Amino acid sequence: MHKVLPELEKVCSMLVEKKLVYHKSDQVGIILFGTEDTKNELTREVGGYEHVVVLQDTKVVDGDLVEALQQLPRGTFNGDFLDAIIVGMDILIKKFGETDKKKKRLCLITNALSPVKDPFEGTKEGQVITIAEQLVRHGMGMESIVVRERLNGSATKRIMDENDHLLNIFAKKTSAKLVYVESPTSLLGALRTRNISPVTIFRGDLELSSKMKIKVWVYKKTSEEKFPTLKKYSDKAPPTDKFATHEVKVDYEYKSVEDPGRVVPPEERIKGYRYGPQVVPIAPSEWDAVKFKPEKGIKLLGFTNASNILRHYYMKDANVFIADPGNTRAILAVSALARAMKAENKVAIVRCVWRHGQGNVIVGVLTPNVSDKDNIPDSFNFNVLPFVEDVREFQFPSFNNFPASWQPNEQQQEAADDLVKLLDLAPSGKEEVLQPEFTPNPVLQRFYHHLDLKSKHPDAAIPPLDETLKRITEPDPELFSLNKSAIDAFRRSFELKDNPKLKKSTRRILREKTSGSNMGEGYADISVQSLNSIENTSAVKIEKIGDLTPVQDFETLMSRRDGPEWIGKAIKDMKNKIFDLVEDSYEGDNYPKALECLVALRKGCILEQEPKQFNDFLRHLCKFCREKNLNSFCEFLTSKELALISKTEAIDSEVCDDEARSFLVKPDTKVE
Amino acid sequence: MDLDPDDVFRDDEDDPDNDLYLDRESTKELLVYLVDASPKMFSTTSLAGDQKDETHFHIALSSISQSLKTRIINSSYDEVAICFFNTREKKNLLDINGVFIFDVAEREFLDRPTARLIKEFDCVEERFVKEIGSQYGIVSGTRENSLYNALWVAQALLRKGSAKMADKRILLFTNEDDPFENIKGATKIDMTRTTLQRAKDAQDLGISIEILPLSWPDEKFNVSLFYADLIGLEGHPQFLVSTVEKLEDMKDQLRKRIFKKRIVKKITFSIANGLSIELNSYALIRPTLPGAITWLDSVSNRPLKTERSFICSDTGALLQEPPKRYQSYKNENITFSAEELSEIKRVTTGNLHLLGFKPLSCLKDHHNLRPSTFVFPSDEEVIGSTSIFIALHRSMLRLKRFALAFFGSSSRPQLVALIAQDEIISHGGQIEPPGMHMIYLPYSEDIRHVEEVYSYSNGATPKATDDQIMKAAALMNRIDLKDFSVFQFSNPALQRHYAVLQALALEELDIPETNDETLPDEEGMSRPAVVSALEEFKLSVYGDNDDVESELVDNGKASETSKKRKAVAENAVKECANFDWDDLADSGKLKDLTVVELKFYLTAHKLPVGGKKEALISRILTHMGK
Repeated sequence: MHKVLPELEKVCSMLVEKKLVYHKSDQVGIILFGTEDTKNELTREVGGYEHVVVLQDTKVVDGDLVEALQQLPRGTFNGDFLDAIIVGMDILIKKFGETDKKKKRLCLITNALSPVKDPFEGTKEGQVITIAEQLVRHGMGMESIVVRERLNGSATKRIMDENDHLLNIFAKKTSAKLVYVESPTSLLGALRTRNISPVTIFRGDLELSSKMKIKVWVYKKTSEEKFPTLKKYSDKAPPTDKFATHEVKVDYEYKSVEDPGRVVPPEERIKGYRYGPQVVPIAPSEWDAVKFKPEKGIKLLGFTNASNILRHYYMKDANVFIADPGNTRAILAVSALARAMKAENKVAIVRCVWRHGQGNVIVGVLTPNVSDKDNIPDSFNFNVLPFVEDVREFQFPSFNNFPASWQPNEQQQEAADDLVKLLDLAPSGKEEVLQPEFTPNPVLQRFYHHLDLKSKHPDAAIPPLDETLKRITEPDPELFSLNKSAIDAFRRSFELKDNPKLKKSTRRILREKTSGSNMGEGYADISVQSLNSIENTSAVKIEKIGDLTPVQDFETLMSRRDGPEWIGKAIKDMKNKIFDLVEDSYEGDNYPKALECLVALRKGCILEQEPKQFNDFLRHLCKFCREKNLNSFCEFLTSKELALISKTEAIDSEVCDDEARSFLVKPDTKVE
Repeated sequence: MDLDPDDVFRDDEDDPDNDLYLDRESTKELLVYLVDASPKMFSTTSLAGDQKDETHFHIALSSISQSLKTRIINSSYDEVAICFFNTREKKNLLDINGVFIFDVAEREFLDRPTARLIKEFDCVEERFVKEIGSQYGIVSGTRENSLYNALWVAQALLRKGSAKMADKRILLFTNEDDPFENIKGATKIDMTRTTLQRAKDAQDLGISIEILPLSWPDEKFNVSLFYADLIGLEGHPQFLVSTVEKLEDMKDQLRKRIFKKRIVKKITFSIANGLSIELNSYALIRPTLPGAITWLDSVSNRPLKTERSFICSDTGALLQEPPKRYQSYKNENITFSAEELSEIKRVTTGNLHLLGFKPLSCLKDHHNLRPSTFVFPSDEEVIGSTSIFIALHRSMLRLKRFALAFFGSSSRPQLVALIAQDEIISHGGQIEPPGMHMIYLPYSEDIRHVEEVYSYSNGATPKATDDQIMKAAALMNRIDLKDFSVFQFSNPALQRHYAVLQALALEELDIPETNDETLPDEEGMSRPAVVSALEEFKLSVYGDNDDVESELVDNGKASETSKKRKAVAENAVKECANFDWDDLADSGKLKDLTVVELKFYLTAHKLPVGGKKEALISRILTHMGK
């Protein structure tokens, strides 16, 4: 067990951390077994129960509990999980009694590899049954997580089988949950760190027809556990104010567009619904009278082949339909249908209106969820299907229509087959890796950890992602190195290269343009005619000078021959760009770039026989810099020996060589 | 900003901030529907037997009408113009012959679709002959070239707006694959050349021209005769004019082509040890919600501006958007900066990382959180991506495996399943595109174990017998929806919503009835074979006892409450009869009764019993119709 204790510390402390956020009045106690010491009430009262330590009596969750869980002592003895269960049960019974209606739960985490002591009388099995009955009588839930890696030796096999058998009795006799985990990552996911009591979203009839109805209850099966919503913090209160709430109130005001000073009170507002460019005002009462009002209920539309419903049609989180738990006949009916559906490979299409007054209907699919455990009834999974309006029927080219060079050849296909076969996350005989049921959300784990760190040191840095959690976000190095040859073969089979037609700069732009929803105007500078290479392979056309590669953009524009206006535009744009660069410069950080642009502009103006454009600009720029206290830029230019365009360089220039060179050397003292 | 979402359409759990639902396209579309109105479009002669009397013109118009209706709902900022060519009358900005722009009041030629446009366009066909007229515009002997004119007009319409902020498209509907067939010699060469040049000019201005060919089953539309050059088809292997067998299929294809696919995001998919390919992702399935509401001034009906202000609760000071957030923890406020929060969420680089493969059976039905995203390879930046993608796609299909990958989006990094989907073609049209679907998987925290809560501690739960299963199977085969497809139902709530809006926008008094297609097929259900299969199944699982409720009596709590409730109701009916309600209501003496007495009436008539006394009285009066 020692090997997994670090993970255990993490998951258990997170359980308490979450309780500190969501269930502040919950009580938690910690019992260790297999410890060197013995410390529990039963030892004192009746003897026995050695090597079981009550590390922490049940108490309302607090920081100490988190701390205690973060540094569990390592034990030295074999742990007897039955002893530990009894000690735990005893604490709960003594503290809360039979009458207390609070939810009580025992959570056993063990590898169950150490033998359980024989009882004084009767068999181990009998003892387990007695304990299980006690658990049920006191309304205690139990959850066992057995951490077990690969088998080691047959000596332990016997003990293990016996323990598994005993734990199984618990699972059968009580509503205990028993799970086996192999990897540390799944251990992190195995413990339910936040218990949400299930609430039905519907109770009533599943109407097969008007004559045949089945009583069902519908629950959420999956529901995203969100990142906690943090409140806005105000630091306006003086630090001395001990009672400051630091809360921020958000206030909304509705103002008329014509008269921004006037606040329109709620009774003078009416909701408007958009229809194209029109906004149609409708009063709530009016809307109520005409809107769609379906009747509450679940109606069967029919059955269909499972192959008609593709997996990617599922729209939302899933629900589960279970038969009314008290109604044997409903359980039978659901069971019969589920089993028939499974056997015939069919699914049911249903129309659901969960609540009275719900304004829409939901069409969904019921798939069978046949239970393989005796004590769990059969049920249906439910998933929402899309309506016509929700489907966008885009057409994509058929793979067969792609050029032959894109089609993988036989050898490439083989390499791909090998890769798909060998990078196997569900090898037979082993635990399925990263099963959603046992995969914790690394972001939440990290947040609660950081939250706890911050409570101790407000400036605590964000902890790096835990190694165990990296198994979720990154490929498993072990699996990948094990199959290195297959991966290398795959890599060798295919050739990847950057598209030479695309410039680096545009590539970056492309990415920014499409990845962020809030792209700034600036990024749209370089117009890319088409983002989709398949639709349109035309080369990228530059129409403006962008921020990233102004020099290249300028050169491209200057060499554009599809219109005479481009040269003028290029020069004008470049001038503006240089101004911007100089103006926005902070301690000269943009100067080198501005110089590059100036040099490019100079070259362009010589080529295009526009020396005046450049010379006037440079003079203007220097004057501007001196006025704005940006002398450093002029000095920078002087040091780089940038000169006006002289007559020898361009015949149209009115500047002689000397003047050109000395232009920057003498500072314009008049302005200073 | 929408501060008061219409809760009716949202389930409680819908998260409006979820970026997946907000993949609003950043650019709008400027679109000209260019419809050939030549007499050939009106011919019905070459129909192949069983077809209805439909003309190509009608098919074109109905697909346009359908696309307008979708557009006004989904992307109402798009601007459209509808333009006929080969017409008798003319109406266009350049005043040239043979081109007629259809428009309605209060709207420019190229403008956002309005309710009126949609309504009047629906009846344009009836008025067409009289008001617009059909006439060949390319006749030998004249130099008239209506196709050239049409492209010119369309280009002039699309002059509006910059090519950067909008997609400009011309959609050309025609059934004439060789428009200059009747022209001979140099004139033909000349007309072809000028028309192609006109098209090229338009394309140089950033306008894309797409052709939507219409054809009869027995004759193929030959793109290579003329249009391949016009739209610049070389290097577009996927443009195939498939021969359609049914008109219905052609409509389908037209509808699909009218909408341009938009990339949601470009994704780098890293496969192993630095090998990464490029994917484009598309949102093929997303819930369509009614548009956001806008608050109006109820007097002037002018839109209102919403202003949000942050006020410090301690000092009452007005704040800028507060930079910090806090979580209370151990009686302390722990503050986080926005950077810290986004850093916590950044558990990996924003790419898609392959983790491995699993058999499809590992993907359970409840492993779903939100609509899937479609991914398709692209060779735009990294040449060779498509080839690798196809190879993996084929292997995954053949080995029946899906890829497990980690998708590091900034809002919610999570595990995804990539399922290979083979192309499905039916009747010449693509039903499912080839590619992979990305399914967002839940974490252990997101999965609830409800079934276990109701597990039976005292042994086994009842499971159906073989006979019961057989009866259920027989029933299933009776109520079999053979060709079920998810494209079958339109959302009745949405249909209703927009029908109401359309009627009100046009100031019509009658709101048209909308049809709820999601109701069960009563007729089919009452077929004798179905009824008897149902009866048999019922008998087999419920037994002879017909009274379903009776079971409740012998099982615990539920029956106790229901018994009690029943007793209360019976008592209420009895008590209720002691009053002359009509008389009390008419004389206004209801207020003299006690609440308990009022509730007798309400309970007896199965009305809600909550609320204050006045509320109860008004409820009674409403129920009595007074």
